[in-house]
Amino acid sequence: MTAFRAILAKDLRTELRTLESVPAMALFAATTFVLFRFGLDRTTLEGGLAAGVLLATVLFAAILAINRVFVAEREQGGFDVIRLAPVDGASLYAAKVCVLAIYLGALELIAVPVFAVLFAVEAGGLPALAAVLVLADIGLAAVGALVSSIAVNSRARDLIAPLLLLPLLVPVMIAAAGAAEPLLAAGGPSYADFGQWMGILALYDLVFIAVGYAVYDFLLED
Amino acid sequence: MSFNAPRILPALTVLTLTAGFALVFFFAPNDADQGFIQKIFYLHVPIAICALVGFIVAAFQAIMHLRTGESSWDVRSYVSIHISVIFGVAVLITGSIWARASWGKWFVWDEPTLVSFLIVFLLYCTYYPLRYAIEDRERQARYASVFAVTAGAFVPLNFIAVRLAESLVHPRVFATAEGGLTPKMTVTFLVCLAGMALLWLTLARFELAAKSTRARLGRLRRALEGDEVAVGASRIAPVPRQAGEAG
Repeated sequence: MTAFRAILAKDLRTELRTLESVPAMALFAATTFVLFRFGLDRTTLEGGLAAGVLLATVLFAAILAINRVFVAEREQGGFDVIRLAPVDGASLYAAKVCVLAIYLGALELIAVPVFAVLFAVEAGGLPALAAVLVLADIGLAAVGALVSSIAVNSRARDLIAPLLLLPLLVPVMIAAAGAAEPLLAAGGPSYADFGQWMGILALYDLVFIAVGYAVYDFLLED
Repeated sequence: MSFNAPRILPALTVLTLTAGFALVFFFAPNDADQGFIQKIFYLHVPIAICALVGFIVAAFQAIMHLRTGESSWDVRSYVSIHISVIFGVAVLITGSIWARASWGKWFVWDEPTLVSFLIVFLLYCTYYPLRYAIEDRERQARYASVFAVTAGAFVPLNFIAVRLAESLVHPRVFATAEGGLTPKMTVTFLVCLAGMALLWLTLARFELAAKSTRARLGRLRRALEGDEVAVGASRIAPVPRQAGEAG
């Protein structure tokens, strides 16, 4: 538990001092929204299109953070120190999942208002949308931390991480888009099938946290 | 690690598959709705089931590799994924042909099983770039096993998510293919399934045998070249060499 807190605090402090990940993700998200504005040639979005644009943008921004989350450990010897110290894989994994989830939450605090303003989205569904995004973030972080630590030790790491991530995240996309679509519908949110989609997201989060917890030690042995 | 080429298995496979296809063409009745094209069902569905079961088998072999640390389990897991990916290509091709004939389109996004299979297939295709991007042999095996376990957990989850996504909007289009089987069709289907499973097993066994033969050839060649270190290393190999290896 102390190890978990130490790694988490270290990563958050590094991020606060260097501002490496979250501002880049936010800028990336804002630029992507502008691209969608011209790509789709629409000034307002609602329903399925709005959910798709928002979630695809969050997903691609997440890949930026996921690519970077272990780079410092590898380049500046963090992995060696962690192996030397009595830290088990589970603490490291849990800390990295939390770091990623916090980054994604921070990103969405910026990106969702920008999205709502740029595309004149109905505000009524936003509180429920926040709940969807929280569960989606946990899933992204659980898979992201696992894939990132696989990819960071491979030769083509920037290539491998998105390649592995995108198919693994398809269920998150399906469930989050399914939940978000009626929330962003024109003429006010509706909550059709909301519970069912949240159930799938929660199941996905649980399964991948369990898998990550079970296999993570094997990624650290060397 | 040493695997011998199977002897009885290939004959059994040919026999079962021939019997299966004979049943398809001469015994199973034509489907009332779809007519003759429905017979591709006896090819497509068994291949798909074998491919998916193969992915799950690979996950269990990967768990065994992580638990025991024996490289032979990693090779088994690799071969299972390899054969299942090849089966996956066949599934997508036969599925497209069936979709074209019965719905008029090569790919139908409304059909949950088709879409889930495509996603699973894409995921397992990334196994190769991942594996060959890691240079250290031992780490490569370990990471590949971690991938196989993760992807194995993903397979059922993905099917649940995609099925729900579609069933909320569309009714199951294809309920007749599974629900409306006559006894004759069921018998034919089961024989075809057994044949396809045997084919999977045979191919996997042959690939394992080929891999272990190639490894032995490499050892012998190194020994011939007078590389004393390699000879010594093969003597302390974790799995003792067996008598069958000579033949």
